[in-house]
Amino acid sequence: MVTLTADRAPAERQVIYRHGLAVRLTHWINVLVISLLLMSGLNIFNAHPRLYWGQFGADHDHAWLWLAHGFPKWATLPHYRDLATARRWHFFLAWLFVINGAAYWLIGLINGHLRRDIVPTRADLAPGNLWRSILDHVRLRHPVGEAARRYNVLQKLAYVAVIGVLLPLMVITGLSMSPGFDAFAPWLPGVFGGRQSARAIHFITANLIVLFVIVHLVEVVLAGVVNELRSMITGRYALPSGEH
Amino acid sequence: MGLLTRRGLIGVGAGGLLVSGCDRLTNAPAVQRLIGHGQDLSLGAQRLLLSGQPLAKQFTAAEISPVFKVNGSVDPGTEAYHALLADGFATWRLAVSGLVLRPDVFSLTQLKAMPARTQITRHDCVEGWSAIGGWTGVQLAHLLGLVGVAPGARYIVFHCADNLAGSRDASGLYYESIDLVDAFHPQTLLAYAMNGAPLSVGHGAPLRLRVERQLGYKQAKFVMRIEAVSSLAGIGRGKGGFWEDRGYEWYAGI
Repeated sequence: MVTLTADRAPAERQVIYRHGLAVRLTHWINVLVISLLLMSGLNIFNAHPRLYWGQFGADHDHAWLWLAHGFPKWATLPHYRDLATARRWHFFLAWLFVINGAAYWLIGLINGHLRRDIVPTRADLAPGNLWRSILDHVRLRHPVGEAARRYNVLQKLAYVAVIGVLLPLMVITGLSMSPGFDAFAPWLPGVFGGRQSARAIHFITANLIVLFVIVHLVEVVLAGVVNELRSMITGRYALPSGEH
Repeated sequence: MGLLTRRGLIGVGAGGLLVSGCDRLTNAPAVQRLIGHGQDLSLGAQRLLLSGQPLAKQFTAAEISPVFKVNGSVDPGTEAYHALLADGFATWRLAVSGLVLRPDVFSLTQLKAMPARTQITRHDCVEGWSAIGGWTGVQLAHLLGLVGVAPGARYIVFHCADNLAGSRDASGLYYESIDLVDAFHPQTLLAYAMNGAPLSVGHGAPLRLRVERQLGYKQAKFVMRIEAVSSLAGIGRGKGGFWEDRGYEWYAGI
Protein backbone atom coordinates (compact mmCIF):
# COMPACT_ATOMS: atom_id res chain seq x y z
CA MET A 1 0.00 0.00 0.00
CA VAL A 2 1.49 3.33 -1.10
CA THR A 3 0.37 6.88 -0.43
CA LEU A 4 0.62 9.26 -3.36
CA THR A 5 -0.82 12.62 -4.23
CA ALA A 6 -3.65 11.76 -6.55
CA ASP A 7 -4.60 13.80 -9.57
CA ARG A 8 -6.30 17.08 -8.78
CA ALA A 9 -7.31 15.97 -5.29
CA PRO A 10 -7.10 18.76 -2.78
CA ALA A 11 -6.30 16.42 0.07
CA GLU A 12 -3.98 13.44 -0.10
CA ARG A 13 -5.85 10.40 -1.34
CA GLN A 14 -4.81 6.98 -0.31
CA VAL A 15 -3.73 4.77 -3.21
CA ILE A 16 -4.22 1.06 -2.85
CA TYR A 17 -3.16 -1.85 -5.01
CA ARG A 18 -6.54 -3.01 -6.18
CA HIS A 19 -6.22 -5.40 -9.16
CA GLY A 20 -3.65 -8.18 -9.36
CA LEU A 21 -1.75 -8.85 -12.57
CA ALA A 22 -3.86 -11.91 -13.50
CA VAL A 23 -7.11 -9.95 -13.15
CA ARG A 24 -5.78 -7.09 -15.26
CA LEU A 25 -4.38 -9.32 -17.99
CA THR A 26 -7.45 -11.55 -18.28
CA HIS A 27 -9.70 -8.47 -18.18
CA TRP A 28 -8.06 -6.81 -21.16
CA ILE A 29 -7.78 -10.05 -23.13
CA ASN A 30 -11.51 -10.49 -22.50
CA VAL A 31 -12.22 -6.95 -23.74
CA LEU A 32 -10.56 -7.73 -27.05
CA VAL A 33 -11.75 -11.31 -27.43
CA ILE A 34 -15.38 -10.69 -26.43
CA SER A 35 -15.64 -7.65 -28.71
CA LEU A 36 -14.45 -9.70 -31.67
CA LEU A 37 -16.55 -12.71 -30.65
CA LEU A 38 -19.59 -10.45 -30.60
CA MET A 39 -18.81 -8.96 -34.00
CA SER A 40 -18.10 -12.32 -35.67
CA GLY A 41 -21.15 -13.73 -33.89
CA LEU A 42 -23.36 -11.05 -35.43
CA ASN A 43 -21.99 -11.96 -38.87
CA ILE A 44 -22.84 -15.63 -38.23
CA PHE A 45 -26.30 -14.65 -36.96
CA ASN A 46 -26.90 -12.71 -40.18
CA ALA A 47 -26.55 -15.93 -42.19
CA HIS A 48 -29.91 -16.96 -40.74
CA PRO A 49 -31.31 -14.00 -38.77
CA ARG A 50 -34.13 -15.89 -37.11
CA LEU A 51 -34.40 -17.55 -33.72
CA TYR A 52 -36.59 -20.47 -32.69
CA TRP A 53 -37.48 -22.42 -29.58
CA GLY A 54 -37.12 -26.19 -29.58
CA GLN A 55 -34.98 -28.83 -31.23
CA PHE A 56 -35.43 -27.73 -34.81
CA GLY A 57 -36.26 -24.55 -36.66
CA ALA A 58 -35.96 -23.35 -40.25
CA ASP A 59 -37.84 -21.19 -42.75
CA HIS A 60 -41.17 -22.99 -42.38
CA ASP A 61 -41.13 -23.08 -38.59
CA HIS A 62 -42.25 -20.34 -36.24
CA ALA A 63 -39.43 -17.89 -35.49
CA TRP A 64 -39.86 -15.80 -32.33
CA LEU A 65 -37.30 -13.33 -33.60
CA TRP A 66 -36.73 -12.43 -37.22
CA LEU A 67 -34.49 -9.51 -38.14
CA ALA A 68 -35.13 -9.39 -41.86
CA HIS A 69 -32.03 -7.31 -42.57
CA GLY A 70 -29.84 -8.74 -39.84
CA PHE A 71 -27.35 -6.58 -37.97
CA PRO A 72 -25.66 -3.67 -39.77
CA LYS A 73 -22.48 -4.63 -41.57
CA TRP A 74 -20.31 -2.15 -39.68
CA ALA A 75 -21.00 -4.10 -36.49
CA THR A 76 -19.88 -7.44 -37.91
CA LEU A 77 -16.52 -9.14 -38.40
CA PRO A 78 -15.61 -9.14 -41.20
CA HIS A 79 -17.81 -6.17 -42.05
CA TYR A 80 -19.15 -7.76 -45.20
CA ARG A 81 -21.21 -10.91 -45.41
CA ASP A 82 -18.81 -13.85 -45.14
CA LEU A 83 -20.00 -16.73 -43.01
CA ALA A 84 -16.91 -18.88 -43.57
CA THR A 85 -14.48 -16.18 -42.40
CA ALA A 86 -16.73 -15.12 -39.53
CA ARG A 87 -16.89 -18.73 -38.32
CA ARG A 88 -13.13 -19.13 -38.53
CA TRP A 89 -12.70 -15.99 -36.41
CA HIS A 90 -15.40 -17.01 -33.99
CA PHE A 91 -14.01 -20.47 -33.23
CA PHE A 92 -10.41 -19.23 -33.01
CA LEU A 93 -11.53 -16.53 -30.56
CA ALA A 94 -13.65 -19.04 -28.68
CA TRP A 95 -10.50 -21.02 -27.88
CA LEU A 96 -8.80 -17.86 -26.57
CA PHE A 97 -11.93 -17.01 -24.59
CA VAL A 98 -12.08 -20.45 -22.97
CA ILE A 99 -8.35 -20.54 -22.17
CA ASN A 100 -8.46 -16.97 -20.78
CA GLY A 101 -11.58 -17.68 -18.73
CA ALA A 102 -10.19 -20.94 -17.38
CA ALA A 103 -6.97 -19.15 -16.37
CA TYR A 104 -8.99 -16.47 -14.56
CA TRP A 105 -11.09 -19.03 -12.72
CA LEU A 106 -8.11 -21.20 -11.80
CA ILE A 107 -5.96 -18.33 -10.54
CA GLY A 108 -8.94 -16.73 -8.78
CA LEU A 109 -9.74 -19.95 -6.96
CA ILE A 110 -6.12 -20.56 -5.96
CA ASN A 111 -5.22 -17.06 -4.78
CA GLY A 112 -8.59 -16.42 -3.18
CA HIS A 113 -9.59 -13.50 -5.44
CA LEU A 114 -12.98 -15.01 -6.22
CA ARG A 115 -13.80 -15.80 -2.59
CA ARG A 116 -12.34 -12.57 -1.17
CA ASP A 117 -13.41 -9.98 -3.75
CA ILE A 118 -16.26 -11.39 -5.85
CA VAL A 119 -18.50 -13.66 -3.81
CA PRO A 120 -20.85 -11.54 -1.63
CA THR A 121 -20.55 -12.06 2.11
CA ARG A 122 -23.46 -12.74 4.42
CA ALA A 123 -23.29 -9.11 5.57
CA ASP A 124 -23.32 -7.94 1.93
CA LEU A 125 -26.54 -9.81 1.34
CA ALA A 126 -28.35 -8.53 4.42
CA PRO A 127 -31.56 -6.86 3.22
CA GLY A 128 -30.62 -3.53 4.81
CA ASN A 129 -27.29 -3.46 3.03
CA LEU A 130 -28.81 -4.53 -0.28
CA TRP A 131 -31.41 -1.78 -0.03
CA ARG A 132 -28.77 0.81 0.86
CA SER A 133 -26.69 -0.26 -2.13
CA ILE A 134 -29.71 -0.01 -4.44
CA LEU A 135 -30.42 3.52 -3.17
CA ASP A 136 -26.76 4.49 -3.60
CA HIS A 137 -26.88 3.31 -7.21
CA VAL A 138 -30.14 5.09 -7.94
CA ARG A 139 -28.64 8.31 -6.54
CA LEU A 140 -25.42 7.64 -8.51
CA ARG A 141 -23.56 7.81 -5.21
CA HIS A 142 -20.35 5.81 -5.06
CA PRO A 143 -18.63 4.46 -1.97
CA VAL A 144 -15.84 6.65 -0.64
CA GLY A 145 -12.95 6.12 1.72
CA GLU A 146 -12.67 2.76 3.40
CA ALA A 147 -15.91 1.48 1.86
CA ALA A 148 -14.37 1.91 -1.60
CA ARG A 149 -11.72 -0.71 -0.83
CA ARG A 150 -14.25 -3.42 -1.53
CA TYR A 151 -16.80 -3.94 -4.26
CA ASN A 152 -20.32 -3.04 -3.20
CA VAL A 153 -22.91 -5.78 -3.13
CA LEU A 154 -24.64 -4.96 -6.42
CA GLN A 155 -21.26 -4.80 -8.10
CA LYS A 156 -20.36 -8.21 -6.64
CA LEU A 157 -23.68 -9.69 -7.76
CA ALA A 158 -23.17 -8.30 -11.27
CA TYR A 159 -19.68 -9.83 -11.44
CA VAL A 160 -20.96 -13.16 -10.10
CA ALA A 161 -23.67 -13.14 -12.77
CA VAL A 162 -21.18 -12.42 -15.55
CA ILE A 163 -18.25 -14.56 -14.38
CA GLY A 164 -20.31 -17.38 -12.93
CA VAL A 165 -23.32 -17.53 -15.24
CA LEU A 166 -23.29 -15.53 -18.47
CA LEU A 167 -19.76 -16.19 -19.72
CA PRO A 168 -19.81 -19.95 -18.98
CA LEU A 169 -23.31 -20.10 -20.49
CA MET A 170 -21.93 -18.70 -23.75
CA VAL A 171 -19.47 -21.58 -23.97
CA ILE A 172 -22.01 -24.26 -23.06
CA THR A 173 -24.75 -23.01 -25.39
CA GLY A 174 -22.10 -22.60 -28.08
CA LEU A 175 -21.01 -26.21 -27.69
CA SER A 176 -24.67 -27.31 -27.76
CA MET A 177 -24.86 -26.09 -31.33
CA SER A 178 -21.99 -28.33 -32.44
CA PRO A 179 -23.25 -31.57 -34.02
CA GLY A 180 -19.89 -33.15 -33.14
CA PHE A 181 -20.01 -32.17 -29.48
CA ASP A 182 -23.67 -33.25 -29.33
CA ALA A 183 -22.66 -36.78 -30.34
CA PHE A 184 -20.27 -36.76 -27.36
CA ALA A 185 -22.92 -35.32 -25.02
CA PRO A 186 -26.32 -36.10 -26.62
CA TRP A 187 -28.16 -34.81 -23.52
CA LEU A 188 -26.63 -31.33 -23.73
CA PRO A 189 -28.99 -29.48 -26.12
CA GLY A 190 -31.91 -30.94 -24.16
CA VAL A 191 -30.76 -29.03 -21.08
CA PHE A 192 -31.77 -25.86 -22.93
CA GLY A 193 -34.79 -27.35 -24.66
CA GLY A 194 -33.09 -28.35 -27.91
CA ARG A 195 -30.44 -27.06 -30.28
CA GLN A 196 -32.47 -24.12 -31.55
CA SER A 197 -33.29 -23.10 -27.97
CA ALA A 198 -29.58 -23.27 -27.17
CA ARG A 199 -28.92 -21.00 -30.16
CA ALA A 200 -31.57 -18.56 -28.92
CA ILE A 201 -30.11 -18.59 -25.39
CA HIS A 202 -26.62 -18.06 -26.86
CA PHE A 203 -28.01 -14.92 -28.53
CA ILE A 204 -29.92 -13.69 -25.47
CA THR A 205 -26.89 -14.24 -23.23
CA ALA A 206 -24.70 -12.27 -25.65
CA ASN A 207 -27.21 -9.42 -25.35
CA LEU A 208 -27.07 -9.59 -21.56
CA ILE A 209 -23.28 -9.40 -21.71
CA VAL A 210 -23.52 -6.31 -23.91
CA LEU A 211 -25.98 -4.84 -21.40
CA PHE A 212 -23.52 -5.56 -18.58
CA VAL A 213 -20.71 -3.89 -20.54
CA ILE A 214 -22.83 -0.77 -21.09
CA VAL A 215 -23.68 -0.50 -17.37
CA HIS A 216 -20.05 -1.28 -16.50
CA LEU A 217 -18.77 1.53 -18.76
CA VAL A 218 -21.32 4.00 -17.42
CA GLU A 219 -20.22 3.14 -13.88
CA VAL A 220 -16.57 3.59 -14.83
CA VAL A 221 -17.34 7.03 -16.21
CA LEU A 222 -19.40 7.99 -13.13
CA ALA A 223 -16.81 6.67 -10.70
CA GLY A 224 -13.94 8.46 -12.42
CA VAL A 225 -12.50 7.31 -15.71
CA VAL A 226 -8.85 8.11 -14.97
CA ASN A 227 -8.77 6.40 -11.61
CA GLU A 228 -10.75 3.37 -12.76
CA LEU A 229 -8.75 2.92 -15.97
CA ARG A 230 -5.46 3.31 -14.12
CA SER A 231 -6.47 0.71 -11.59
CA MET A 232 -7.22 -1.81 -14.33
CA ILE A 233 -3.93 -1.02 -16.11
CA THR A 234 -1.43 -0.53 -13.28
CA GLY A 235 -3.46 -2.00 -10.45
CA ARG A 236 -3.25 1.26 -8.43
CA TYR A 237 -6.50 2.82 -7.32
CA ALA A 238 -6.94 6.06 -5.37
CA LEU A 239 -9.63 5.70 -2.75
CA PRO A 240 -12.25 8.36 -3.55
CA SER A 241 -12.56 10.94 -0.82
CA GLY A 242 -15.76 12.26 0.74
CA GLU A 243 -16.31 15.42 -1.35
CA HIS A 244 -16.90 13.37 -4.50
CA MET B 1 -22.41 15.21 -19.73
CA GLY B 2 -19.72 16.86 -21.82
CA LEU B 3 -17.37 14.12 -20.75
CA LEU B 4 -19.86 11.43 -21.68
CA THR B 5 -20.40 12.90 -25.13
CA ARG B 6 -16.70 13.28 -25.78
CA ARG B 7 -16.09 9.73 -24.59
CA GLY B 8 -18.91 8.55 -26.80
CA LEU B 9 -17.33 10.19 -29.81
CA ILE B 10 -13.94 8.74 -29.01
CA GLY B 11 -15.57 5.35 -28.60
CA VAL B 12 -17.27 5.53 -31.98
CA GLY B 13 -14.07 6.69 -33.65
CA ALA B 14 -12.06 3.91 -32.06
CA GLY B 15 -14.76 1.43 -33.03
CA GLY B 16 -14.59 2.57 -36.63
CA LEU B 17 -10.82 2.18 -36.66
CA LEU B 18 -11.20 -1.24 -35.10
CA VAL B 19 -13.69 -2.34 -37.74
CA SER B 20 -11.65 -1.25 -40.75
CA GLY B 21 -8.52 -2.56 -39.08
CA CYS B 22 -10.19 -5.91 -38.61
CA ASP B 23 -10.93 -6.31 -42.29
CA ARG B 24 -7.37 -5.53 -43.22
CA LEU B 25 -6.30 -8.04 -40.59
CA THR B 26 -8.82 -10.61 -41.81
CA ASN B 27 -7.36 -10.55 -45.28
CA ALA B 28 -3.72 -10.78 -44.22
CA PRO B 29 -2.38 -14.27 -44.99
CA ALA B 30 -0.54 -14.46 -41.68
CA VAL B 31 -3.77 -13.79 -39.78
CA GLN B 32 -5.66 -16.31 -41.86
CA ARG B 33 -3.02 -18.88 -40.95
CA LEU B 34 -3.18 -17.90 -37.28
CA ILE B 35 -6.96 -18.11 -36.93
CA GLY B 36 -6.86 -21.31 -38.99
CA HIS B 37 -5.13 -22.94 -36.03
CA GLY B 38 -8.47 -22.68 -34.23
CA GLN B 39 -9.78 -25.23 -36.73
CA ASP B 40 -6.87 -27.58 -36.05
CA LEU B 41 -7.61 -27.34 -32.33
CA SER B 42 -11.32 -27.94 -32.89
CA LEU B 43 -10.68 -30.96 -35.12
CA GLY B 44 -8.21 -32.41 -32.62
CA ALA B 45 -10.55 -31.85 -29.68
CA GLN B 46 -13.54 -33.35 -31.47
CA ARG B 47 -11.62 -36.37 -32.67
CA LEU B 48 -10.49 -36.92 -29.09
CA LEU B 49 -14.02 -36.60 -27.70
CA LEU B 50 -15.47 -38.79 -30.45
CA SER B 51 -12.77 -41.46 -30.35
CA GLY B 52 -15.29 -43.97 -29.02
CA GLN B 53 -17.37 -43.38 -32.19
CA PRO B 54 -20.53 -42.41 -30.24
CA LEU B 55 -23.77 -42.12 -32.19
CA ALA B 56 -25.43 -38.81 -32.94
CA LYS B 57 -28.68 -38.44 -31.02
CA GLN B 58 -31.61 -40.19 -32.67
CA PHE B 59 -35.11 -38.82 -32.36
CA THR B 60 -38.61 -40.30 -32.43
CA ALA B 61 -40.99 -40.07 -35.39
CA ALA B 62 -43.05 -37.55 -33.42
CA GLU B 63 -40.09 -35.15 -33.38
CA ILE B 64 -39.65 -34.97 -37.18
CA SER B 65 -39.83 -31.44 -38.65
CA PRO B 66 -43.15 -30.82 -40.43
CA VAL B 67 -41.23 -29.31 -43.35
CA PHE B 68 -37.59 -30.19 -44.01
CA LYS B 69 -36.06 -27.19 -45.71
CA VAL B 70 -34.57 -27.82 -49.15
CA ASN B 71 -31.22 -26.06 -49.34
CA GLY B 72 -28.36 -25.82 -51.83
CA SER B 73 -29.24 -27.32 -55.20
CA VAL B 74 -32.98 -27.79 -55.60
CA ASP B 75 -32.59 -29.78 -58.83
CA PRO B 76 -29.41 -30.57 -60.79
CA GLY B 77 -31.41 -29.48 -63.84
CA THR B 78 -29.30 -31.24 -66.47
CA GLU B 79 -30.73 -33.30 -69.33
CA ALA B 80 -28.78 -36.32 -68.15
CA TYR B 81 -30.22 -36.06 -64.66
CA HIS B 82 -33.76 -35.56 -65.89
CA ALA B 83 -33.42 -38.59 -68.15
CA LEU B 84 -32.48 -40.65 -65.08
CA LEU B 85 -35.33 -39.13 -63.10
CA ALA B 86 -37.85 -39.85 -65.89
CA ASP B 87 -37.38 -43.60 -65.64
CA GLY B 88 -37.23 -43.65 -61.83
CA PHE B 89 -33.44 -43.98 -61.79
CA ALA B 90 -33.67 -47.50 -63.28
CA THR B 91 -30.61 -46.83 -65.42
CA TRP B 92 -28.76 -44.87 -62.72
CA ARG B 93 -25.60 -46.59 -61.48
CA LEU B 94 -23.40 -45.74 -58.52
CA ALA B 95 -19.78 -46.24 -59.49
CA VAL B 96 -17.30 -47.04 -56.71
CA SER B 97 -13.74 -46.59 -57.85
CA GLY B 98 -10.31 -45.34 -56.90
CA LEU B 99 -8.27 -47.05 -54.21
CA VAL B 100 -10.60 -50.01 -53.80
CA LEU B 101 -9.75 -53.65 -54.39
CA ARG B 102 -12.84 -54.48 -56.49
CA PRO B 103 -14.22 -51.41 -58.30
CA ASP B 104 -17.88 -51.92 -59.04
CA VAL B 105 -21.14 -50.30 -60.06
CA PHE B 106 -24.43 -50.66 -58.19
CA SER B 107 -28.01 -50.08 -59.30
CA LEU B 108 -30.54 -48.49 -56.96
CA THR B 109 -32.32 -51.87 -56.75
CA GLN B 110 -29.08 -53.52 -55.64
CA LEU B 111 -28.51 -50.86 -52.96
CA LYS B 112 -32.07 -51.25 -51.69
CA ALA B 113 -31.57 -55.01 -51.45
CA MET B 114 -28.65 -54.54 -49.07
CA PRO B 115 -29.15 -54.45 -45.28
CA ALA B 116 -30.87 -51.15 -44.54
CA ARG B 117 -30.59 -48.79 -41.61
CA THR B 118 -33.13 -46.13 -40.62
CA GLN B 119 -32.26 -43.24 -38.32
CA ILE B 120 -34.08 -40.07 -37.33
CA THR B 121 -31.50 -37.36 -36.84
CA ARG B 122 -31.10 -33.61 -36.65
CA HIS B 123 -29.65 -31.85 -39.65
CA ASP B 124 -27.74 -28.69 -38.70
CA CYS B 125 -27.06 -26.22 -41.45
CA VAL B 126 -23.92 -24.10 -41.21
CA GLU B 127 -26.22 -21.07 -41.45
CA GLY B 128 -27.78 -21.92 -38.11
CA TRP B 129 -31.11 -23.63 -38.78
CA SER B 130 -31.95 -27.24 -37.94
CA ALA B 131 -34.43 -29.81 -39.25
CA ILE B 132 -35.17 -33.31 -38.02
CA GLY B 133 -35.70 -36.05 -40.57
CA GLY B 134 -35.67 -39.84 -40.92
CA TRP B 135 -33.19 -41.42 -43.29
CA THR B 136 -33.10 -44.94 -44.68
CA GLY B 137 -30.17 -46.31 -46.61
CA VAL B 138 -27.23 -48.64 -46.73
CA GLN B 139 -24.33 -48.11 -44.38
CA LEU B 140 -21.32 -46.82 -46.25
CA ALA B 141 -19.24 -49.31 -44.26
CA HIS B 142 -21.22 -52.16 -45.83
CA LEU B 143 -20.60 -50.91 -49.35
CA LEU B 144 -16.93 -50.30 -48.65
CA GLY B 145 -16.75 -53.83 -47.28
CA LEU B 146 -18.04 -55.17 -50.61
CA VAL B 147 -15.48 -53.33 -52.73
CA GLY B 148 -12.63 -53.53 -50.21
CA VAL B 149 -10.67 -50.41 -49.29
CA ALA B 150 -7.14 -50.65 -50.71
CA PRO B 151 -4.09 -49.84 -48.58
CA GLY B 152 -3.22 -46.16 -48.84
CA ALA B 153 -6.83 -44.95 -49.12
CA ARG B 154 -7.49 -42.16 -46.63
CA TYR B 155 -10.60 -40.38 -47.87
CA ILE B 156 -13.88 -41.28 -49.51
CA VAL B 157 -14.98 -38.68 -52.07
CA PHE B 158 -18.59 -38.26 -53.20
CA HIS B 159 -19.08 -36.83 -56.69
CA CYS B 160 -22.50 -35.28 -57.28
CA ALA B 161 -24.72 -34.41 -60.23
CA ASP B 162 -25.48 -30.82 -59.24
CA ASN B 163 -23.49 -27.84 -60.41
CA LEU B 164 -24.08 -25.51 -57.47
CA ALA B 165 -21.73 -22.84 -58.82
CA GLY B 166 -23.65 -22.83 -62.09
CA SER B 167 -20.45 -23.12 -64.12
CA ARG B 168 -20.46 -24.40 -67.70
CA ASP B 169 -17.61 -26.79 -66.99
CA ALA B 170 -17.27 -29.39 -64.25
CA SER B 171 -15.53 -26.98 -61.85
CA GLY B 172 -18.80 -26.07 -60.17
CA LEU B 173 -19.95 -29.63 -59.52
CA TYR B 174 -20.76 -30.41 -55.91
CA TYR B 175 -18.54 -32.90 -54.15
CA GLU B 176 -17.69 -33.84 -50.61
CA SER B 177 -15.21 -35.99 -48.75
CA ILE B 178 -14.90 -37.70 -45.40
CA ASP B 179 -12.08 -39.72 -43.93
CA LEU B 180 -12.25 -43.37 -42.98
CA VAL B 181 -13.12 -42.59 -39.35
CA ASP B 182 -16.43 -41.12 -40.47
CA ALA B 183 -16.81 -43.47 -43.46
CA PHE B 184 -16.97 -46.50 -41.15
CA HIS B 185 -19.18 -44.86 -38.52
CA PRO B 186 -22.42 -46.88 -38.17
CA GLN B 187 -24.62 -43.83 -38.84
CA THR B 188 -22.86 -42.90 -42.09
CA LEU B 189 -25.41 -43.85 -44.73
CA LEU B 190 -26.01 -43.68 -48.43
CA ALA B 191 -29.67 -42.77 -48.02
CA TYR B 192 -32.28 -43.47 -50.69
CA ALA B 193 -35.36 -42.72 -48.56
CA MET B 194 -36.45 -39.88 -46.31
CA ASN B 195 -39.28 -40.07 -43.79
CA GLY B 196 -40.34 -43.39 -45.30
CA ALA B 197 -40.64 -42.17 -48.91
CA PRO B 198 -38.13 -42.35 -51.78
CA LEU B 199 -35.77 -39.40 -51.67
CA SER B 200 -37.29 -36.38 -53.44
CA VAL B 201 -35.33 -34.40 -56.00
CA GLY B 202 -34.94 -31.49 -53.59
CA HIS B 203 -33.40 -33.73 -50.98
CA GLY B 204 -30.95 -35.40 -53.37
CA ALA B 205 -32.59 -38.23 -55.33
CA PRO B 206 -31.65 -40.93 -55.92
CA LEU B 207 -28.93 -41.09 -53.25
CA ARG B 208 -27.45 -38.75 -50.68
CA LEU B 209 -24.82 -39.03 -48.01
CA ARG B 210 -25.74 -38.85 -44.32
CA VAL B 211 -22.71 -38.22 -42.16
CA GLU B 212 -24.30 -37.38 -38.83
CA ARG B 213 -22.12 -35.48 -36.33
CA GLN B 214 -21.23 -33.00 -39.09
CA LEU B 215 -22.98 -29.98 -40.60
CA GLY B 216 -25.43 -29.94 -43.49
CA TYR B 217 -22.99 -29.17 -46.29
CA LYS B 218 -21.29 -32.53 -45.71
CA GLN B 219 -24.58 -34.33 -46.55
CA ALA B 220 -23.90 -34.45 -50.31
CA LYS B 221 -27.00 -34.88 -52.48
CA PHE B 222 -27.37 -36.46 -55.98
CA VAL B 223 -24.40 -38.79 -55.40
CA MET B 224 -23.25 -40.30 -58.70
CA ARG B 225 -19.83 -41.71 -57.99
CA ILE B 226 -17.75 -42.65 -54.97
CA GLU B 227 -14.00 -42.63 -55.06
CA ALA B 228 -11.45 -43.74 -52.47
CA VAL B 229 -8.31 -41.59 -52.57
CA SER B 230 -5.07 -41.10 -50.69
CA SER B 231 -5.14 -37.31 -50.97
CA LEU B 232 -7.67 -34.59 -51.66
CA ALA B 233 -5.23 -32.60 -53.76
CA GLY B 234 -6.24 -32.44 -57.40
CA ILE B 235 -9.95 -32.84 -56.70
CA GLY B 236 -11.82 -29.58 -57.15
CA ARG B 237 -9.59 -26.92 -55.63
CA GLY B 238 -8.11 -29.48 -53.28
CA LYS B 239 -9.84 -28.63 -50.00
CA GLY B 240 -12.09 -31.69 -49.97
CA GLY B 241 -15.47 -30.27 -50.92
CA PHE B 242 -17.47 -27.64 -52.76
CA TRP B 243 -17.89 -25.42 -49.69
CA GLU B 244 -14.48 -26.29 -48.32
CA ASP B 245 -13.02 -24.91 -51.55
CA ARG B 246 -14.92 -21.71 -50.72
CA GLY B 247 -13.53 -21.25 -47.21
CA TYR B 248 -15.56 -23.57 -44.99
CA GLU B 249 -13.98 -26.15 -42.70
CA TRP B 250 -13.39 -29.64 -44.05
CA TYR B 251 -14.23 -31.09 -40.66
CA ALA B 252 -17.69 -29.68 -40.05
CA GLY B 253 -18.25 -30.83 -36.49
CA ILE B 254 -18.97 -27.36 -35.13
